[in-house]
Amino acid sequence: MSDEVTLAVDGVEVAVPAGATLLDACRAAGADLPTLCRGDTLTPANACRVCVVELDGSRVLVPSCSRPAASGMVVRTGTERARHSRRLVLELLASSVELDRTPGIEDRLAEYGADPQRFGPDAATVAAAPIVDNELYVRDYARCILCYQCVDACGEQWQGTFAIAVAGRGFDARISTEWSVELPESACVYCGNCIAVCPTGALVPHREFELRAGAAWRPEDQTQTDTVCPYCGVGCTLTLHVQDDEIVKVTSPHDHDVTRGNLCVKGRFGWQYVHVGTTRRAPG
Amino acid sequence: MDLHLGDAVASAAERAALDDAVGPALLATDRTAVGGRAARSRRSLLLGGLWALQRRVGWISPGGLRELCERLSVPPAEAYGVASFYDLFALEARPAGVVHVCDDLACRRAGAEDLLTAVSGHEPADRSVHRAPCLGRCEAAPAALVIHAGERPVEVSVGGLDASALAGLLAGVVPSPDEPGPVVRSRGPMLARVGVIDPTSLAEYRAAGGYEALRRAIELGPQGVLDTLAGSGLAGRGGAAFPTARKWAAVAGQPATPHHLVCNADESEPGTFKDRVLCEGDPFSVVEAMTIAALTTGCEHGWIYLRGEYPLARNRLAGAIEAARQAGLLGDDVAGSGRRFDLEVVVGAGAYICGEETAIFNSIEGYRGEPRNKPPFPVESGLFGCPTVVNNVETLAAARVVLDGGGAATKLLCVSGALERPGVYEVPMPGTTLAQVLEQAGAGPLQAVLVGGAAGTFLRPDAFGVELTVDAVRRVGGTLGSGVVLAFGVDDDLGDLARRIARFFRHESCGQCVPCRVGTQRQVELLDRLAAGRPLGGVAQERALHRDLAQVMADASICGLGQAAAAAVASVLDELTGAGERNPGGRRDLR
Amino acid sequence: MVGLATVFGAGGGTSSYREVEEAEVVVLWGSNAREAHPIFFHRVLQAVRNGARLFVVDPRRTATAAWADRWLGLDVGTDIPLANAVGRELVHAGLIHEQFVASATTGFEAWVESVEPWTLDRAEAVTGVPADAIAELAHAYGRAQRAQLCWTLGITEHHNAVDNVLSLINLALATGHVGRLGSGLSPLRGQNNVQGGGDMGAIPNRLPGFQDLTDPAVRAPFEVAWGRPVRGTVGRHLTAMFDAMEHGALRALYVMGENPADSEADVGRARRLLAGLDHLVVQDLFLTRTAELADVVLPAAAAWCEDDGTVTNSERRVQRVRAALSPPGDTKPDRWILTEIANRLGAGWVHGTAEQVWDDVRALSPMHRGMSYARLEAAGGLQWPCPSDTEEPVSFLHGRLWAADPAERGHPAPFHAVDHDPPVDGLDAEFPLRLTTGRRLDSYNTGVQTGALSSPLRRGEELEMGAADARVLGVRDGDEVVVTSRRGSVTVPARIVPGLRPGLVFLTFHFPDQVDVNLLTIDATDPRSGTAEFKATAVRVDVSAGARGGAAD
Repeated sequence: MSDEVTLAVDGVEVAVPAGATLLDACRAAGADLPTLCRGDTLTPANACRVCVVELDGSRVLVPSCSRPAASGMVVRTGTERARHSRRLVLELLASSVELDRTPGIEDRLAEYGADPQRFGPDAATVAAAPIVDNELYVRDYARCILCYQCVDACGEQWQGTFAIAVAGRGFDARISTEWSVELPESACVYCGNCIAVCPTGALVPHREFELRAGAAWRPEDQTQTDTVCPYCGVGCTLTLHVQDDEIVKVTSPHDHDVTRGNLCVKGRFGWQYVHVGTTRRAPG
Repeated sequence: MDLHLGDAVASAAERAALDDAVGPALLATDRTAVGGRAARSRRSLLLGGLWALQRRVGWISPGGLRELCERLSVPPAEAYGVASFYDLFALEARPAGVVHVCDDLACRRAGAEDLLTAVSGHEPADRSVHRAPCLGRCEAAPAALVIHAGERPVEVSVGGLDASALAGLLAGVVPSPDEPGPVVRSRGPMLARVGVIDPTSLAEYRAAGGYEALRRAIELGPQGVLDTLAGSGLAGRGGAAFPTARKWAAVAGQPATPHHLVCNADESEPGTFKDRVLCEGDPFSVVEAMTIAALTTGCEHGWIYLRGEYPLARNRLAGAIEAARQAGLLGDDVAGSGRRFDLEVVVGAGAYICGEETAIFNSIEGYRGEPRNKPPFPVESGLFGCPTVVNNVETLAAARVVLDGGGAATKLLCVSGALERPGVYEVPMPGTTLAQVLEQAGAGPLQAVLVGGAAGTFLRPDAFGVELTVDAVRRVGGTLGSGVVLAFGVDDDLGDLARRIARFFRHESCGQCVPCRVGTQRQVELLDRLAAGRPLGGVAQERALHRDLAQVMADASICGLGQAAAAAVASVLDELTGAGERNPGGRRDLR
Repeated sequence: MVGLATVFGAGGGTSSYREVEEAEVVVLWGSNAREAHPIFFHRVLQAVRNGARLFVVDPRRTATAAWADRWLGLDVGTDIPLANAVGRELVHAGLIHEQFVASATTGFEAWVESVEPWTLDRAEAVTGVPADAIAELAHAYGRAQRAQLCWTLGITEHHNAVDNVLSLINLALATGHVGRLGSGLSPLRGQNNVQGGGDMGAIPNRLPGFQDLTDPAVRAPFEVAWGRPVRGTVGRHLTAMFDAMEHGALRALYVMGENPADSEADVGRARRLLAGLDHLVVQDLFLTRTAELADVVLPAAAAWCEDDGTVTNSERRVQRVRAALSPPGDTKPDRWILTEIANRLGAGWVHGTAEQVWDDVRALSPMHRGMSYARLEAAGGLQWPCPSDTEEPVSFLHGRLWAADPAERGHPAPFHAVDHDPPVDGLDAEFPLRLTTGRRLDSYNTGVQTGALSSPLRRGEELEMGAADARVLGVRDGDEVVVTSRRGSVTVPARIVPGLRPGLVFLTFHFPDQVDVNLLTIDATDPRSGTAEFKATAVRVDVSAGARGGAAD
């Protein structure tokens, strides 16, 4: 079957469609590999290296999220080397970035026996005050793992606005506008497509930021309802996150054919009027 | 692209600089405009445009950047991200005159710190002093790079710096383009003409046998050249040691066109200066070698990616290219072969990582010099996504020698540090030991030799008998790399040098991947703790921590920088932690 | 819709969004999709990344035009000359798809004759677009294997809207760029359910399923289902309603979710007429300007998040709308209000759920028949035509035109020779500037919904003008100016922008409380489609007395 490739993962033979990645193959074989910088609507940046596996014939470990699976490959996910690298990546990140809003991170740290404290109390971090320079969303780079997803979503892969890019180099690299100007001075069009792909909560809608700050953000009490945007004729699916009969956030399903998770400023943030003149919380 | 350009205005000087470097924006009247693909293809002019601004006014200003972005249709955030990647671009206003003083390994042990301390706080208003990583003048340490922006910018590399020379530079003395002193200590076919002929004269080059190899290559045809190269066993000289004939054959056989040729002249490995010597002393040999490579692999265009800290090399190469064009040795019909090939020099802007082959592609294309993931490999998809040959300068020079009938039996070594005769040594390979080289160079009793540069390891006297081949050095836990032999005497402070190496990698990491971006930072912190006598949980714990850092960086980094960044430090960790048992070599053998 | 329905029998975009990504050439004609249809524009960006060439035809060099391989900056209202010149160039360059024209169309020769006078030079003289740009567009469109031609209000907000659309359809017929995968005609609907509203028959000559009201065979099933006769007389569209109000033939009006007191062209007239009605009922979320004129206001729930139902987008996809919030206070869903009113008129309707109403529609509308709620939910929406439960939806329409069997091909698609008819509101010495209106990214229509969005992009309404005009008029950036048309006058700050040429100025209609733009516009309407010529108003601009402001100094 020319549409499939067959390879061995942890001693088990798996078949995956041509074009699938090693990560796809590993998951098909039941290996539960962590990922951080891999977004389901973006081509992999290969930046975090937490998904690395051993591949026979490769001197170094291989990022499974981007390596195409090829017939005959022999992959091992649980070797000492692979687990060691994953543990260190988790430790290095957790010691320098606030990961408290990264889903599943506690489980992964426990799974790999990671000890982020091991670098000492003076280990440098990317801590910085949240940037609140507009009323729609907040950039909280203390939580940024430099996964490049926001840059890719804002730029080359989806929105084509390029309001942000990576600036600086090495440990000092940061996601930034030109000259670090505030968002209203930049090219940003407030589509929120960067928020939609951020894996760590470094980018967050203003309403969510406010509620969290007031310890009033309760995802367990929120409903999520899919409907269609009331504005233009494209017909984007909006997932309305509602808490206490108030829309607190809008997303769009990543796998929906019309949007692929992307929206514009009206769809993403233009719902405030629904609360005007009601006993629901007024916007602003 | 719908750009948001802001209000900053470029000065007349900035606009003039951009007129020369990138020309006007694309057609736009009030009735029609051209954009789209034509606009997007202008991205590769960005690096040159940034250089034009930097060299003209001494920094990249908001007005200059805006003007450049408009002309090239590049979003400002992207252009800013690119500019901020490179050390030689300033994004804050500063004096037009800058003196970059090297405080890296060879210059460090030659007293650079004292020079810097002496002038610290005494800089004049119109000049600033910056510390710089290795400038590639190790044979004349300490060294500095003087840059003065203006309509006719001055860029000069100065070796043998002393306190009064530095004071002079700060006072505005403009050094003449530095002619390096005796630099070739031991000659072979690659260095035959360096310091012997006038490097600006095509006639002298030809009289000394130049362009014979090209003639032979044209006669042999591409397959003949490939066979000859394969027979010579030539392997890459930039550090990776990949068989050259195989690389060329892989590109030659690629059905997708065009094919591209890149010469990696970024040479930023601390302790390395051989490529500089070749480019300054025998630039025609580089041009000829690239021409041979191009005709063999089906490339019509070539790029020399030259680090920005080599102004003399830039002038020499530019001159050689122009002379070759005039003589019909570059252009639409190279040396009567009926084939087309031309060359351009792209100047790097201060980033060691741009010596990585895929980082070179990104840099030339107008992006941050970040390495790409491999696969795909350059022979399949490289510069602009096309099949690309990337070769180090010395590899090309050696290939030319092979075509000249010389074989591939010599290697260039960059010897510097605690010895009497620093310089470039062309030695038989195989057939030369480290001890022989040290003796030739007049070394006294030594504590250690750093072989392979900052990405290599420290070898101790008990390993000096090692033969200088890639395999033999690897067997003693080291790496030959680009051929650096940096000698440290008994009074040199290995701990200080190790910390400098750690800071080097932290500064040069591109920042893409976690193991390197955070790992190089953690390595610096660890060494600082050791130096301050405050190990975290004790020395043994710090050793274990460094082992872990070294392993994850070696196993999981995207590129060779991360993979090598902990190796040199690991090889002197005993000295740093006061452990009794020394670890000779120290680099982990991974397979 | 009228144009497409006239030619093909169906009034919907012929291609799905995803097909744009496959196109080699994408033409956006009278569309600023980058700002007005951003997520559709993502498809265009993907096409461009895949190597497509983009052509943008627009009087302004908009954000959309900034992406174009070639922008054609034509004079407002000269689309037919440009389209005809493109057509003529296709003929002369041998780029006509002979086989498709012969087997699937009629009227080709008459069309060729009609476009023959439109040489490139004549088109340049009339449209202002350089001849080489026109030729480039023609050749690219004609040579492409797959090409998309997309348009929106820049084409349809003219008094000759239908002719404008027909002139574009002609180009697709001439080159075979319709009815097959990747090639098509895509009108981008301006509002989220214009397509659906029309498909449901909220048009004076249609029944649900976009079926012809005047055909007794079409009316029959409705009469059976509703148990009463259905009149086959075509009703009035909005412009005809205002004319009827003018003549006293229409004396009462029930307005649902529309704000004509702000959105109508020549709005001064519209307000007079609304105010003169015997009885005005307005059903809306907010007390809009129209609601303020009403005798009765019925507060409605926000249909898209406080009620259930369906809407239809520009690729003919019917999608579920769901209640996520409870309607506040005493507001009620539109459906409930209508049922209550009907019952007070003696109709005896049962309060059905949204799904029950939809099932009623499906029973009578062949193109929606297979779209049960269950299927819509499982599939994330379905495109029409969906005549049965089992058939897969079709990505593109009119594939029948390519069938080898003439019986399968059905009615050939007719060319329509159309001629240039300049905008009704002509320029003269007193009103020398052309005002065109449009939208911005972060606001929407009359600002009822987006007024509550505190967008950092918002600067308030500004008259956009080019530097040359500003110089001549002595206007500096930020100065307050008075803009006057034959119908009215507004005061607004000026903003000098690079994308506007001499003679052209721009306003949006998003802030009627600040700048009542529709006091200026002309109600010159295409009788067939009912759209007014919002895109072409003749104005004069004068610096307001004593109103220097902004960042001038």
